[in-house]
Amino acid sequence: MRILSLAGRRLAASIPTLILILIGVFLLLQFAPGDTVDAMMAQMGGGDAATARQLRQFYGLDLSVPAQLGNYLWRLVRFDLGFSSIYGKPVATVIAERLPPTILLMTASLSFAFFFGLVFGVIAARGVNKWPDTIISTLGLVFYATPSFWFGLMAIVVFSVYLQWLPPGGFEDIGLAHTGIWRTLDIARHLILPTLTLGLIFLAIYLRIMRASMLEVLNLDFVRTARAKGLDETRVIVRHVLRNALLPMVTLIGLQAGTMLGGSVVVESVFSLPGLGRLAYESVVQRDLNTLLGIIFVSALVVIAVNFVVDILYARLDPRISAEV
Amino acid sequence: MDTKRFEMTRRAALMTSAAIAANVINPMRAFAQETPRRGGVFFVHYGAEQRQLNPSLQASTGVYIIGGKIQENLVDLDANGQPVGVLAESWEASPDGKTITFKLRKGVTWHDGKPFTSADVQFTAMNMWKKILNYGTTLQLFLTAVDTPDPLTAVFRYERPMPLNLLLRALPDLGYVSAKHLYENGDIRQNPHNLAPVGTGPFKFVQYERGQYIIAERNPNYWRPNAPYLDRIVWRVITDRSAAAAQMEAGQLHYSPFSGLTISDMARLAKDKRFIVSTKGNEGNARTNTIEFNFRRKELADIRVRRAIAHAINVPFFIENFLGDFAKLGTGPIPSTSTDFYPGPDTPQYPYDKALATKLLDEAGFKKGADGTRFSLRLLPAPWGEDISLWATFVQQALGEVGIKVEIVRNDGGGFLRQVYNDWNFDLATGWHQYRSDPAVSTTVWYRSGQPKGAPWTNQWGWQDAAVDKVIDDAATELDPVKRKALYAEFVKRVNTELPIWMPIEQIFVTVISAKARNHSNTPRWGSSSWHDLWLAE
Repeated sequence: MRILSLAGRRLAASIPTLILILIGVFLLLQFAPGDTVDAMMAQMGGGDAATARQLRQFYGLDLSVPAQLGNYLWRLVRFDLGFSSIYGKPVATVIAERLPPTILLMTASLSFAFFFGLVFGVIAARGVNKWPDTIISTLGLVFYATPSFWFGLMAIVVFSVYLQWLPPGGFEDIGLAHTGIWRTLDIARHLILPTLTLGLIFLAIYLRIMRASMLEVLNLDFVRTARAKGLDETRVIVRHVLRNALLPMVTLIGLQAGTMLGGSVVVESVFSLPGLGRLAYESVVQRDLNTLLGIIFVSALVVIAVNFVVDILYARLDPRISAEV
Repeated sequence: MDTKRFEMTRRAALMTSAAIAANVINPMRAFAQETPRRGGVFFVHYGAEQRQLNPSLQASTGVYIIGGKIQENLVDLDANGQPVGVLAESWEASPDGKTITFKLRKGVTWHDGKPFTSADVQFTAMNMWKKILNYGTTLQLFLTAVDTPDPLTAVFRYERPMPLNLLLRALPDLGYVSAKHLYENGDIRQNPHNLAPVGTGPFKFVQYERGQYIIAERNPNYWRPNAPYLDRIVWRVITDRSAAAAQMEAGQLHYSPFSGLTISDMARLAKDKRFIVSTKGNEGNARTNTIEFNFRRKELADIRVRRAIAHAINVPFFIENFLGDFAKLGTGPIPSTSTDFYPGPDTPQYPYDKALATKLLDEAGFKKGADGTRFSLRLLPAPWGEDISLWATFVQQALGEVGIKVEIVRNDGGGFLRQVYNDWNFDLATGWHQYRSDPAVSTTVWYRSGQPKGAPWTNQWGWQDAAVDKVIDDAATELDPVKRKALYAEFVKRVNTELPIWMPIEQIFVTVISAKARNHSNTPRWGSSSWHDLWLAE
């Protein structure tokens, strides 16, 4: 019951935010010079003014801005995301097609970053200022400072061009139609490099947060008590320190789920993955307002959902938090 | 920052020059003795997805590269750039130029098994070329009807004389035929076959996964005997140019068309024996780099200032150091690759002469101020290519030296077109002028007055010249090829004198293709052609 009311309140609070975001983006895009017909002309390499007029009518761009916005919001109320001008399909379909690769990539790299960030963070904190810590922290800094497109391209050059171990891009093998478990394995093979590329940057953040948080908790009184009780060091770390040190990590997941949805544009482009990030980028360049707003809407929903899960995890990790709810 | 990028590209381009030179001399080895191998899958780099794949509705290389293998045109160009029949077998024009009769090929069927007839040509010409197809609407403006006396004869009737040569040079790009029985009902723009094309070509459409790939397979009932050789063509959607180069090297791609890779990657692959890097096969897609002047700025309305700007820029230096063998010095709106219309270099030209530029600017009354600046201009570069971006920076620096301060304003594609051709919100703009086989297709609109506001790549400069307008109109309906060529020479002379737009660089797209490919790059618009004779060696 408590969880339900928490969920209800969260949801109620996010609806106005969502609407404000959508209106904001809509208006922002009106300031960008050119509309989807200009973008289409750019792609076609030309066309006469009469054609342009016909196309504007076709895409509903001959209406005034408030009328277009009104139409959009009215459709949204009826859970209709509208029609994509670049894809010629309903926006909901377009997004549904692009969502699985993005979610897969996002979950895989977040899990990768979270798991290894945790492990390396603990190792670094245990040997603070000794050589494992120095190596891990330096590597973390290098990963964090390297742009992801460079990482991705280098990974392709090394693992696909020279070693030929992994495919250089794409979501699955086109030549051979795999089914069942073979298809899953094929997709997994294609996702290794993108996951590493996207995950490494986040790994660096998790690692540093975990290290700092471990160091802080290690100095608290209850740890001293645990040690005084005579518990061995592994037990102290796993049962007492780790659990408390995890809180900031969980917060970070909630924050980064949003970043990852949008932030994977580069990785998706480099590895030619049909994901949401690339779709968003394309919709901006092509001024496909409906698709862009649809993506923002769906992304916002995903972020709200993730944060909700994070809130529940909080309560699980630290009972004091749920008591205050 | 800019200087640094400049130098890096410059070095890359220099390496390119040497490497490409070797390849251009002998771009294709002699394969004549080899027997074509049947089978194989040809992988093609597809950089920018379009909103549709039907070349009867959209004329652009991004559509031809796919739709051109599935649908066919009435006429294409042969190895020497001369019109050769595809769906049309022969043609004839009436003496008054108002009637052009096409005899169509017998025994051709659509991929769904229905026969191809003159009714398809009639439907496509009247409903697609005349009403929707970009450049087609202009070309066919005076088309009044297409008569179909029998299933294999299509008679085009024009209100004004249509030069047969113009039509035959335009049809390879603007003459793709769609099936009437699939399009006659409903809104043509929303027809599902626009993304799943049905044609008469050597390859049948199989599947399109947006953002990933497109597949077409061999058409077993193709009308050319023993064609095609390939089993399948797969287009991989790769938006990142560097990633595409890596995929070429990893053996995932055989062909990257239309300068799809970065200049430095093309230079690198040119030295790799596994690839052929060449401009051959793209002669029909020549383009020129432009400087477009906005005459609403009083400085630019002065012809001395426009000429001074041209004289102030060292074009040969730019080409040699940044573009290498991918480009050459341009001499006007009709490029030297257009054998039928190129008037030669003896038209007014503006060689690099800084002293003359300074003198012209002083004469025009724009003296240097206390800070060394005469006046400031906003330059809008189009986002289509690396070369435009480099050129814009080069122009900025060159004009800075004669006291014209240039601010570069960058936009994406839609933004650029809107700002320049609709809002006229620019002083200088720079991009590409695409030359499409005949000046009447997409060249003279850059100069003819009376273009509707907002039409991209047309005269939006606020410049008008009655003599130029007259030459353009006369040439468009002149039936005698010799007289037409003379009229276009006159046109180039006049516009090079008045200089409403300066076109100082000529470029042809660069092809990067696997050395295993055979019968490639053998026509001037090979990337767009049907690939019926293309095959892959083991």
